Amino acid sequence: MKKRVVALLTAAVMAFSMAACNGGGAATTGGSTGGSTGGNTGGSDTSAPAASGELIKVGIINNDPNESGYRTANDKDLQNMFTAANGYEAKFAYSLKNDEQIQAAQGFITDEVDYLLLSAADTAGWDGVLKDAQAAGVKVILFDRTIDADPSLYEASIVSDMAKEGQTAVDWLAGQGLSEYNVIHIQGVMGSAAQRGRSGALDTKVAAESNWNIVTQQTAEWNAEKAQQIVQSVIDAKTPFNVIYAENDDMAKGAVAALDSAGISHGVGKDVIVMGFDCNKWALEELLNQNWNYDGQCNPFQASYIDNIIKTLESGGSVGEKTIIMDEKGFDATTITQEDVDNYGI
Amino acid sequence: MKKIDLKKLLSNQLLIPFTAIIILCIVNIIYDCVNTDAAFFAIETKTNNSGFTVFSGPLITILDNGSELAILAIGMTLVTAASGGQDISVGATIAIAGSAMLRVLCGGNTRPETLAAPIIVGFLVACIVGMLCGAFNGLLVSVFRIQPMIATLILFTAGRSIAAWINNNELPIVPDPKFAYFGSFIPGIPIPTTVFIAAACIIVAALLLKFTNLGLYTQAVGINESSSRLNGINPTAIKFISFIILGLCVAVAALIKVSRLSTINYSVIAKDIEMDAILAVALGGNALSGGKFNMWASILGAYIIQFLTTTLYRFQVDSSALPAYKAVVVIILVVFSSPVVRDKLSSLSNKKKALKKGVA
Repeated sequence: MKKRVVALLTAAVMAFSMAACNGGGAATTGGSTGGSTGGNTGGSDTSAPAASGELIKVGIINNDPNESGYRTANDKDLQNMFTAANGYEAKFAYSLKNDEQIQAAQGFITDEVDYLLLSAADTAGWDGVLKDAQAAGVKVILFDRTIDADPSLYEASIVSDMAKEGQTAVDWLAGQGLSEYNVIHIQGVMGSAAQRGRSGALDTKVAAESNWNIVTQQTAEWNAEKAQQIVQSVIDAKTPFNVIYAENDDMAKGAVAALDSAGISHGVGKDVIVMGFDCNKWALEELLNQNWNYDGQCNPFQASYIDNIIKTLESGGSVGEKTIIMDEKGFDATTITQEDVDNYGI
Repeated sequence: MKKIDLKKLLSNQLLIPFTAIIILCIVNIIYDCVNTDAAFFAIETKTNNSGFTVFSGPLITILDNGSELAILAIGMTLVTAASGGQDISVGATIAIAGSAMLRVLCGGNTRPETLAAPIIVGFLVACIVGMLCGAFNGLLVSVFRIQPMIATLILFTAGRSIAAWINNNELPIVPDPKFAYFGSFIPGIPIPTTVFIAAACIIVAALLLKFTNLGLYTQAVGINESSSRLNGINPTAIKFISFIILGLCVAVAALIKVSRLSTINYSVIAKDIEMDAILAVALGGNALSGGKFNMWASILGAYIIQFLTTTLYRFQVDSSALPAYKAVVVIILVVFSSPVVRDKLSSLSNKKKALKKGVA
């Protein structure tokens, strides 16, 4: 009896948490809006898809939108693109767990979707289900994350190049022409793709140039408070520094909080250069106010790329290069405009 | 006469935490001798970017950043003592309480121009939400008699999603600079506000233990539930109350955490703080199986954890190795503060005494 009560309670809470996961307006069937498939045959739809009349069925498997601001923006972008108005019937599945994602993929294949769009939680374990998809004639497009599977199993893979993001940032920093670079390097969760890419470029530069020094290099695990403590410890040790290279916006914010309480000026033309990544809207506003100097983009807007590929494939064309690397910008506080903040802020 | 003192000292719960602090101090002093421009105990006055004079230095950093943990240690000690288990959901419930507070202060608006409600209202809502989470855990533990760790696993798993859901997964930013005072400095006062908040919580806890029977009853329930029931104490109520108090501690910690940055990040706010809070209780030499407890030792334990973190940052320990260093120190501290080792130590000193007597 007692056990049953526990199980019931646990189940109830689980259900509640699931509901909470989908709280960001992400219903399980995004743009399908009932059986509009049949009625929507007229030419009233200006952006009609290649296969006119029929909606293209896509199954989208993504990570939990609560994971980060990046994921939230990514999910919103997909939800806005794959609507009935744009000629799609989309179904969404969210999970941070690979096995649940694979199950969802199998479900979509059974539902006979035309395209399977996938941002895999884990790189391994996808061969089987992708072979099933191929056998069923479902075309697979990867976005945001690659997987360890034979490239013949998917049509295209749309990814960010983290190493390039790091390189763009480091090149920008080198262009500032400081006589000496004393960098506080705040890293993300060690081993993550973003951390490796963004650290790599800086490490190479520091090793190559004699006037580039790392004052401290610590992981704050994407956490603002930890970043604040790390910078505080450098300030307490009275080691001079003039650059903060934080691998995401949150950590840059934490670092700036430490600078503020120690009375160290930061931003355009000030003592310390502040650099962040991810282009959160609030971070770009800091740039606009010249409190920070640089913010590197990690582009979450893959939907238009996917849309292009699907249109090419539907019209009988083929995708040239399988791996498509997205354009990613780096914003400079001296040149950023309000328009940039509105367009690129996530 | 001297021997008796030694025995008393060895069996004192505060011995281990104090020894740890002394060792950490010595290590830092040695570091200072090697690096001449570093000064661990120096407290400087600086002018912050808002133009106010503030104190700064490693000691201030420790007191400042250790506050949340010290506050949580109060509640965690009571929960541990009463229920013989730990609440592992405090990090997630900090996210929930903080999120609720932001929801009230920003009125569901991501970037409000002004506060939608006074700060005190936001804080009170956070208190209520924190206590509700505590009540939920407490209900499962005291009434349904679920193992505390299993019961709190529910909110541990679901909490951050609930927190995100409260604000529609947006990250609101509080516009009023006054809100940031709780996590930094009140203009004109050079000591971090968090120190005052922690001190206030500790004083309230001390008064509660001194002037009510809460401490006694909690220990009684933790040591033997059925005998305490026979003596007219209601174990269910005591356990429930301990979780409610922890919920209140969580709300105060959430205020500090959210105030530090005037915003929230559901996935990382107060991450892994539950483990540090439990560790603080263990470092204080309190039995994690419940029963007798020493609140002061737990609070000291909390500051030791922060002391250790600050020291490791100061030494620029390689970031990937940082948790390993922490683990080693923790193992040593926990082993030495475990009742088994302490019994051994005191029996050793007894033997010595007996031996000397025999020789004489």
